[in-house]
Amino acid sequence: MTCLHLLLTLVFAVSLGTPVEIQRPRGVPLTKKQFYEESKPFTCLDGSRTIPFDRVNDDYCDCKDGSDEPGTAACPNGSFHCTNAGYRPMFIPSSRINDGICDCCDTTDEYNSGAKCENTCKELGRKEREVLQKMAEITKEGFLLKQQLIEEAKKGQQEKQSKVTDMQENKKQLDEKVEALRTVKETAEQPEKEAKERHLKAWEEQKAAIRLEKDKAKMAETFLELDDNADGFVSVSELQSHAELDPDADGTLTEIEAQGLMGGAEQVDTSTFESVWPKIKDKYHSEVSREEADISCLVRCLLCLCVVQAQPTIKTPEKTHEDEEAMPPYDADTQALIDAAQKARDDFEEAEKALREMDDQIRNIEKELSFDFGPDAEFTYLYSQCYELTTSEYIYRLCPFNRVSQKPKYGGSETNLGTWGSWSGPENNKYLLMKYEQGTGCWQGPNRSTTVKLTCGKETVVTSTSEPSRCEYLMEFTTPAVCQEPANIDPSPHDHVEL
Amino acid sequence: KCDMSEVLRQRELKPGQSPYRALLDTLELSNSRLSLQLINDNNKVRLLLELYRLQGNMTRVKINELKPLKPRYEVPDVLLSDPITEALSVVAQDENSLVVSLGGKDQRLILSAQPFRLDIVEGSQVVMSLNSRGLLAFEHLRTRKDTISHKISSTVGSMWDSLKKDDDKPGMWEETFKSHTDSKPNGPTSISLDFSLPGVEHVYGIPEHADTLKLKNTDGSDPYRLYNLDVFQYELHNPMALYGAVPVLISHSTDRTMGIFWLNAAETWVDISSNTTMFGKILDFVQVSSEAPQTDVRWMSESGIIDVFIMLGPKPADVFTQYASLTGTQSFPPLSALAYHQCRWNYNDQEDVKTVDQGFDEHDIPYDFIWLDIEHADGKRYFTWDPSKFPQPKEMLQGLMDKRRKLVAIVDPHIKVDSGYKIHNEIRSKNFYVKNKDGGDYEGWCWPGNAGYPDFTNPEMRTWWASQFAYDQYEGSMENQYIWNDMNEPSVFNGPEVTMHKDALHGVWEHRDVHNLYGLYVQKATADGLIQRSEGVQRPFVLTRAFFAGSQRYGAVWTGDNAAEWGHLKISIPMCLSLGLVGISFCGADVGGFFKHPSAELLVRWYQAGAYQPFFRAHAHIDTPRREPWLFGPENTALIREAIRQRYALLPYWYQLFYNAHRTGQPVMRPLWVEYPDDFATFSIEDEYLIGKDLLVHPVTDEGATGVTAYLPGKGEVWYDVHTFQKHDGDQSLYIPVTMSSIPVFQRGGSIICRKDRVRRSSSCMENDPYTLYVALGSQGSAEGELYIDDFHTFSFEEAKQFVHRRLSFSANTLSSRNLAPDSQFSTASWIEKIVIFGGSQPSSATLKSADGTESALEFEFDSTLAVLTLRKPGVNAAADWTIVLR
Repeated sequence: MTCLHLLLTLVFAVSLGTPVEIQRPRGVPLTKKQFYEESKPFTCLDGSRTIPFDRVNDDYCDCKDGSDEPGTAACPNGSFHCTNAGYRPMFIPSSRINDGICDCCDTTDEYNSGAKCENTCKELGRKEREVLQKMAEITKEGFLLKQQLIEEAKKGQQEKQSKVTDMQENKKQLDEKVEALRTVKETAEQPEKEAKERHLKAWEEQKAAIRLEKDKAKMAETFLELDDNADGFVSVSELQSHAELDPDADGTLTEIEAQGLMGGAEQVDTSTFESVWPKIKDKYHSEVSREEADISCLVRCLLCLCVVQAQPTIKTPEKTHEDEEAMPPYDADTQALIDAAQKARDDFEEAEKALREMDDQIRNIEKELSFDFGPDAEFTYLYSQCYELTTSEYIYRLCPFNRVSQKPKYGGSETNLGTWGSWSGPENNKYLLMKYEQGTGCWQGPNRSTTVKLTCGKETVVTSTSEPSRCEYLMEFTTPAVCQEPANIDPSPHDHVEL
Repeated sequence: KCDMSEVLRQRELKPGQSPYRALLDTLELSNSRLSLQLINDNNKVRLLLELYRLQGNMTRVKINELKPLKPRYEVPDVLLSDPITEALSVVAQDENSLVVSLGGKDQRLILSAQPFRLDIVEGSQVVMSLNSRGLLAFEHLRTRKDTISHKISSTVGSMWDSLKKDDDKPGMWEETFKSHTDSKPNGPTSISLDFSLPGVEHVYGIPEHADTLKLKNTDGSDPYRLYNLDVFQYELHNPMALYGAVPVLISHSTDRTMGIFWLNAAETWVDISSNTTMFGKILDFVQVSSEAPQTDVRWMSESGIIDVFIMLGPKPADVFTQYASLTGTQSFPPLSALAYHQCRWNYNDQEDVKTVDQGFDEHDIPYDFIWLDIEHADGKRYFTWDPSKFPQPKEMLQGLMDKRRKLVAIVDPHIKVDSGYKIHNEIRSKNFYVKNKDGGDYEGWCWPGNAGYPDFTNPEMRTWWASQFAYDQYEGSMENQYIWNDMNEPSVFNGPEVTMHKDALHGVWEHRDVHNLYGLYVQKATADGLIQRSEGVQRPFVLTRAFFAGSQRYGAVWTGDNAAEWGHLKISIPMCLSLGLVGISFCGADVGGFFKHPSAELLVRWYQAGAYQPFFRAHAHIDTPRREPWLFGPENTALIREAIRQRYALLPYWYQLFYNAHRTGQPVMRPLWVEYPDDFATFSIEDEYLIGKDLLVHPVTDEGATGVTAYLPGKGEVWYDVHTFQKHDGDQSLYIPVTMSSIPVFQRGGSIICRKDRVRRSSSCMENDPYTLYVALGSQGSAEGELYIDDFHTFSFEEAKQFVHRRLSFSANTLSSRNLAPDSQFSTASWIEKIVIFGGSQPSSATLKSADGTESALEFEFDSTLAVLTLRKPGVNAAADWTIVLR
C-alpha cells in the first residue's frame, strides 16, 4: 500500500458561513502551514534532515520528530491535527490515524480505515457551549458568592483578631486576679490548718483515754471469767482451759506454758493479772458463746487455709473491736476559720477556671486563625461546619479542616476516613484538593484516607463519594470558594478559523 | 507437613529387591500389545503388565491389578485419542528374561522376570530402567477386614494372613487431617514405580511448583507434590503443591532428552535423587560406565493405575512432538489475548472501567483487555452482573468494542446455593452437582458463601455448562467478552487443605481419583462454551488457575496468587519455563504481584519482564492501592508505556510462535538448553530464556540492579542487542550494564524477526499495519525467519486454510520471501514498510524484484559504526513473493 495522501482540501466554515478553501498537507495545523510548501524540499521541523516534498505524508517515517508524516500513522511520535470545525481543534497521536476508531469529530482521522464515522462537531460544539454557558453562569454567581465569602471572612478574621487582643487583655487582668486570690486563699488556710490540727490532737488524746478505760474493764471481766472457782485468783489450771492461748500453737496449753504466761507464778490475783493480761488479750476468747466461737474458729481456720492456698498475698484486714467514735464537731472559732478559708478557695478556683476557659478560647481562635483558608481566606466559612451525603449504604460526613467519616445508614458505628492533613492540589492551585489522612486502619492495609476534590458551585455540598482504591476515598465537593473570576470573553470562540 | 498424606507411606519402602516377579509363561503378544502377569511373592496378588510401542518413539507401560475387586480409575479425556501403536516383537528370551524390539534405532526393551524390572536400551546403552530399585508397589483393592474376616473361606485364608500385616496399619481405612476425616471406603489403593536415568543429571518439569527450573534432589526433604490446591501466599523454593499439576518429567543430558508422562490424576508425589551409583549388569551386551551420573525418579500416586508414557526423544524437539502427539498442542489464541491485559480485583463499576479505559488513551498506553474479578457478579453468582455496579454491561462492552478492546469476566466453578439463582436451580434439578460420600449434594464454602460444585467430569454437565455461555443465556454478555476460570482446583474454603473432600463422589468415582483433572474440565467446558456461542467461528480465550496434562488445548494459565516481591518476579521465569516444557506455553504471572504493594522500581521491572512472557497481565489484590500504569509518576509511566509498546511491536513474532506451538507443540518460552542441548553451561540457567529460538531475554529481577550477567550461547554464533544494535559473540558470559529504561534482549544472528513498529492503542487497531523486518545476520552472513498472518481471531486458518505463512531468508546478499503454505489463501492489507539488517555491509544498490518481474531500486541508509543497513519502504504486500538483491 503506497498510496500518497499528500494534499487535502480543507473546507472551513467561517462565522459568516462562506466556505474558504485552504490547501495544506493532511494533519498539519494552519499555524505550521508555512513549513510545508509544495514547491520546496521539506526540512524536518527539528532540522535533522531535508527530504523531497513528495515524501511528506508518503506513509514512511523519514524525520526523527515525525514531522514528515503529519497525516499518516508512519511515525511513532507524530501527531495529527484535526480542525473539527464547529467544535474545537485538537491534536491526536498519529497512531490513531486510520485505526478504525473515530477520534476527530470531523472524521478526518479515519480517511482510509473503513470506519464509519459521522461528523459530530456541530453537536459537540453546541453541547459544549451549553455546558460552558451553564458553567459560566455558575462561575459568575459562584464568584460573586466568593466575594461575599471573602468579605465575611475578612470581617470575621478581623473580629476574631480583635477579640483575641481583647481577650489577651482580659486574660492579663484575670491572671492578676487569680494571683491575688491565691494569696487570700493561702492566708486564710494557715490559721485554718492550725485550728484543725489542734482539734484533732485533743480528740486523739481523748480517744486514748477511752481505750485504756475499756481495756481495764475487759481485763477485770476476763479475770472474773477465768477465775472459775471465784477464789480471787486465776490459777494455772484455770488458764489452761483456754487452749487458744497456747503460745507455740501446738493445740495444747501445757502447764509450763500456762505458768510461763503467768510469769512463773502458780496463780495471780487481780493486780498481778495486769502483767499477764497484755500477753493473752489478743488471743483470748470470751467464755460467753464459747461453743460458737470454736466452730467459727474452725471454719475460719479452714477458710483461712483455703484463702492462704489460693491467694497467698491476701491479708484479712485487722478488725478493731472498739467502735470508732465520730470526731466531735469543730468548735465555733475553728469552724469560722474553716468557712473563711473555704470561701477563699472557692473564689480562687472560680477565677482559675475562668482563666483556663479564657486560655482555651484564645487557643481556639488562634488555631482557627492559623489555618490556611486560602489566599483570600475564602474557605474560612467551611470551618466548624459539616456536610453530609447519603448513599444507598452510608452517610458520609465532611467536616472541612477537621475530619471525614462514614456511618452505615442502618445502624453501626462511625468510621473515621481521615483527619485534616493539608491542601494537596497541583502546584498551580493547591486549593483544589484537600487531603484527610490517618483514618481508621484497614485490615492488612493502610489507614483510611480521603481526597476531597473541590469544584466551583453555587452551593456548598458534597456531590459524590467513591472508594477508587481500597481505603482511599474520593469525595467531590462544590463550593463557591473555588470559583474563578469569569473571563470576560465570548464563550463561543471556536466558530472562527484559527489564526 | 507431608505426614498428612497416606500416599507417603510408600516412601517408607526402601530400595531393594522387588517382591514382584514376571510370569513369563503368561506372556501374550499381539501385533502391538505385549502383556504378562506380575506376581507379588509376598502376598501372591497378581498384576497385569501391558507394554505398547507407540508411534513417534514412545513406549507405554501400563500396570493394573489382574482382577481388581472393582475397576480402578483410568484417566479419560487427557489423551487426544488412543495413541497409534507400532509392532512389537520378541527378539530373544531365556528363563529369566525377554528382549523385545522397539523398532528403529536398535532400541530394545529388556524385561527381567525375577526380580521384575524393565530396561530400555539403545545399542549398548541403557537409557532408562523401571523398577530397578524395586520400588514398584501396588496396593490392591481389598475388603475391609473387620467386616468380612469371619466370612473368609479356608482357600483364601492363607492369602489373608499375608495381607493382615498391611491391614493393621492405621490410616488405611480412615484418615484425618486437622478436623477433616477421609472415610476411604476403598481402603489403601496407592501405587508407585521407580525410574532410573543413567547419564542424567538434569531433570525438569512436573509443574506447578514455585521452584527452580532444574528439579532438586528430594532426599531429605518432601518430594515434589502434585495436588491442585488454592494456596494462600505460597512460599518460594518449596516442593509444595500449587494450583495445577502436569505429571510430566523431562530429562536432559548432552546425549539425550527424554520424558516420563505419568498419567494419573490422583494426589501424586515425585521423589528425585541424583546418584553416581553403578548400574548393575543386565545382559552381557549391555555396558554401563560405572562412573556415570544417574538420576532416580520415583512416582507415587494415591489411587488409579500405573500408566506411563516414556518419550524417548532423543532431541528436545522430539520430546515436545511426542508429548504433543499424546495430549495435544497449545490452543492458538486470538492475537489480542497475546497483547496486554489490565486486571484488578476489582474494577468497581462501569464508570471505573470507563475511566481506566480512558486513562490508557490519555497516557497513550496500549491495552487489549480489561478484566472483572468476582465483585462484578451479583453476590458472586457467576453469569450475572451486580445490578447497581454494572447495570448496563452491554453498554460497557459496546464502549470497549468501539475502541476495539475486550473484556474478561470471571466465572468460577463454585455455585451459590440459592433457590433464587437460575444456574444453581438448573444444576440441582439436573443432578449435576458433585455428591458427598453419603449421596447428597456436596456443599462447601467459597466466595458466595455456601456453594455447590458442578461435576465437570460428567460430559452432560459440561455440555450444559458450555450452553450457558450462549448470548441468550448469559445476559449482558457480548462477543468481546471472554472468560476467566479461577478457584477450579477446586477451592473449598472449609475443606481439607482448602479443597474438596477426597471421598466426595463424581458418579462412581471418588474425588480422590479425579482431583487433579477437575480444573482441566472446567476450562474445557468454558472454552467449548465460547466456541459454541459463536457457532464455531471464533477462537476462545479462557484463563485458568488449575490445570492438568492437556490443559494447553483450552487456553492460558497463570501462576496464581503471587506477591509483590522481587523473589516472586524472579521465580516467574522458571515457573513458566517448566510449564512450557510440558506443553503449556500460554503462561504468565501477575505483573506487579497479586498480594502486597510493589515499589515503582519493582513494578517497572515486572512490566519489562512480563512484556516478554507469553501471558502478559497486570493484576492486584483488592486490599492493595491502585496501580494503573500512570499512578507512579510521569517517569515510571513512560517506562511502563515503553515496556508495553515493545510487546505490541513484537506481537507478529509472538503470534507466529503460538501458531508454531499450535502446529507442532514446540514451546514458545524456552530454556536455553532446548536450543543448545550440547552446551552443558545452559542446563541450569533460569534467569534468562529464549522466546522461540531467536530472542534471548534476560529480565532484571534484582532491586537497584545496575547490570546483569547474561550468558550468550552458541559457539561461532553472534547476538545483537535489540536496543543498541550492538553485536556480541556467542559462547560467553557478558556483563550488560542496565538502566531503568529496559531489560537486555538479544536477537540471534541468523534470524529474521517481523515486527509492527506502529504501535496503536490495541492489537486489533494494528491488524492491517505494515511490517518491519529485522534481519540479524549470522556469522555466515545469512538469516532466516517466518511470517504468519491470518484474520487473527477465527478458526478459518484451520478450517479454510485462510492464512499467510512465509519463509523469509537472507543469504548471498539476497533477501527473499517465499510461500511456506502454497495451498493456503489469505489476503492481507499489510505490507513491508522497512527492512533493517544487522551485521551487514554497505551495498552500492538494493533492487526489489516483485513477483511480476518488475524491478525497482530501493533507497537505503547505512550506519557504519553499528553496521546497520536500513532499506526504505519496499512497499510490497506481506503475502507476496519478492526478492531484494544487494550489490
